[in-house]
Amino acid sequence: MLNMFEVIETNNMIEQEKLDVRTITMGISLLDCCDSDLGAVNEKIYKKITALAKNLVSTGESIEREFGIPIVNKRISVTPIALVGGAACRTPEDFVTIAQTLDRAAKEVGVNFIGGYSALVSKGMTAADENLIRSIPQALACTERVCSSVNVGSTKTGINMDAVNLMGEVVRQTAEATKEKDSLGCAKLVVFCNAPDDNPFMAGAFHGVTEADAIINVGVSGPGVVKVALEKARGQNFEVLCETIKKTAFKITRVGQLVAQEASKRLGVPFGIIDLSLAPTPAVGDSVAEILEEIGLERVGAPGTTAALAMLNDQVKKGGVMASSYVGGLSGAFIPVSEDQGMIDAVTLGALTIEKLEAMTCVCSVGLDMIAIPGDTPATTIAGIIADEAAIGMVNQKTTAVRVIPVIGKSVGDTVEFGGLLGYAPVMPVNTWSCEKFVTRGGRIPAPIHSFKN
Amino acid sequence: MSKAIITVVGKDTVGIIARVCTFLADNQINILDISQTIVQGYFNMMMIVDITAADGRFGVLAEEIEKLGDEIGVKIKCQKEEIFTSMHRI
Repeated sequence: MLNMFEVIETNNMIEQEKLDVRTITMGISLLDCCDSDLGAVNEKIYKKITALAKNLVSTGESIEREFGIPIVNKRISVTPIALVGGAACRTPEDFVTIAQTLDRAAKEVGVNFIGGYSALVSKGMTAADENLIRSIPQALACTERVCSSVNVGSTKTGINMDAVNLMGEVVRQTAEATKEKDSLGCAKLVVFCNAPDDNPFMAGAFHGVTEADAIINVGVSGPGVVKVALEKARGQNFEVLCETIKKTAFKITRVGQLVAQEASKRLGVPFGIIDLSLAPTPAVGDSVAEILEEIGLERVGAPGTTAALAMLNDQVKKGGVMASSYVGGLSGAFIPVSEDQGMIDAVTLGALTIEKLEAMTCVCSVGLDMIAIPGDTPATTIAGIIADEAAIGMVNQKTTAVRVIPVIGKSVGDTVEFGGLLGYAPVMPVNTWSCEKFVTRGGRIPAPIHSFKN
Repeated sequence: MSKAIITVVGKDTVGIIARVCTFLADNQINILDISQTIVQGYFNMMMIVDITAADGRFGVLAEEIEKLGDEIGVKIKCQKEEIFTSMHRI
């Protein structure tokens, strides 16, 4: 039978160490909404989302109340819209109408983000893919809750450099189109390499074509819990350190598994995966940077940071995998700058640079995330940053992503406020040497030799 | 059987257990186990209760018992057992 210490431990994690379930994301396939008539596509999409997800928010809230665990976000991911709208949309403007439909559906069911305004172009672009990509700036400027992602490369296919170059422009245009809101549109746009089909986290969530009609994916969190556990292991060797992280990750993930099973049962939608990520928030004590500092770095960004992060990421996975029957998505530590107080402080103090962040992305789950860069950064430089990250993902057979925000009208030394979970960020300097001739060559980078496993 | 864990934390005062138990009895909730200690003047109690008879109204009951805590001046939480067993039992 349970004892009081166990109960108090769990409740302390929730109340003091900010343990929460970060998101319940319902993946919805929109493949059956395809039609050659644009009006019909929009109508089918709206009906399908509002029918399947109508109880998502209320179910999440009742699970929250009954188990006493906060579930911060309830969200929806859908089939990449380039596929769904391909037959009906002739122009980028046609695609924008679908973005508006998604936004309307998200508001109707009460979710705070809907992901999947996406195109998968890791090898080549169809006309529909290109139209969707070109519509992204307008789509993100005229909607509130729609998130967009584009997969520009993979280990199996190499990197589509035409798409990389185009995305450099699209990121800039999105920044321009939302410049009144500090280029907020770019916070809802992710460029991936090796994008997972079942990621529940925004802004990169979409419902892959290999998935079932509807599915429940859950993203857990809990950097604060890991940090507090590590405080008790101060001065101990790596064996003790790793054991502590694993045990904590196990406990956190079990809560996610419980919530996922309950949500799946109550909504009558199959359970997909748990994403075991350490996802920070701007709240003090809910920071991945603070964990790294607890491990022994004076500031995140110091020499040793990459090794510490590699170890943390691996231990989180080892502990989490046993706690859940299906693990997927991104699963690892997130290192967004604006959403993590410790990262923000390290940047402000000059301890953490984009180059160090890039090195860190080689060993953790995502990539250059929520980084504000000067508003005058050229599109080709942004494309170069995307190409670098995609290369890391391609060669290391892992997901990498870029979510940078060129903040129009701001430069190094300024701070940008995004609000809410997106936090705030100091504008970081970017290497100003040009890569224009490289990214505009055209074509694609071939798949690496170790991808030929057949 | 469907079980829940009730935790009560706060400054010790007369009649905490009595009032919580009365509330549970009024709602057909049977108490299976109680443990209680005082740590530095602070009252800590954990109850394991059977909520089979009240399962449909669990959300409402959890809110009501929280309110009762506000009246007494202690913090009361009522959570389904699975959040604890899933975390602490393999």
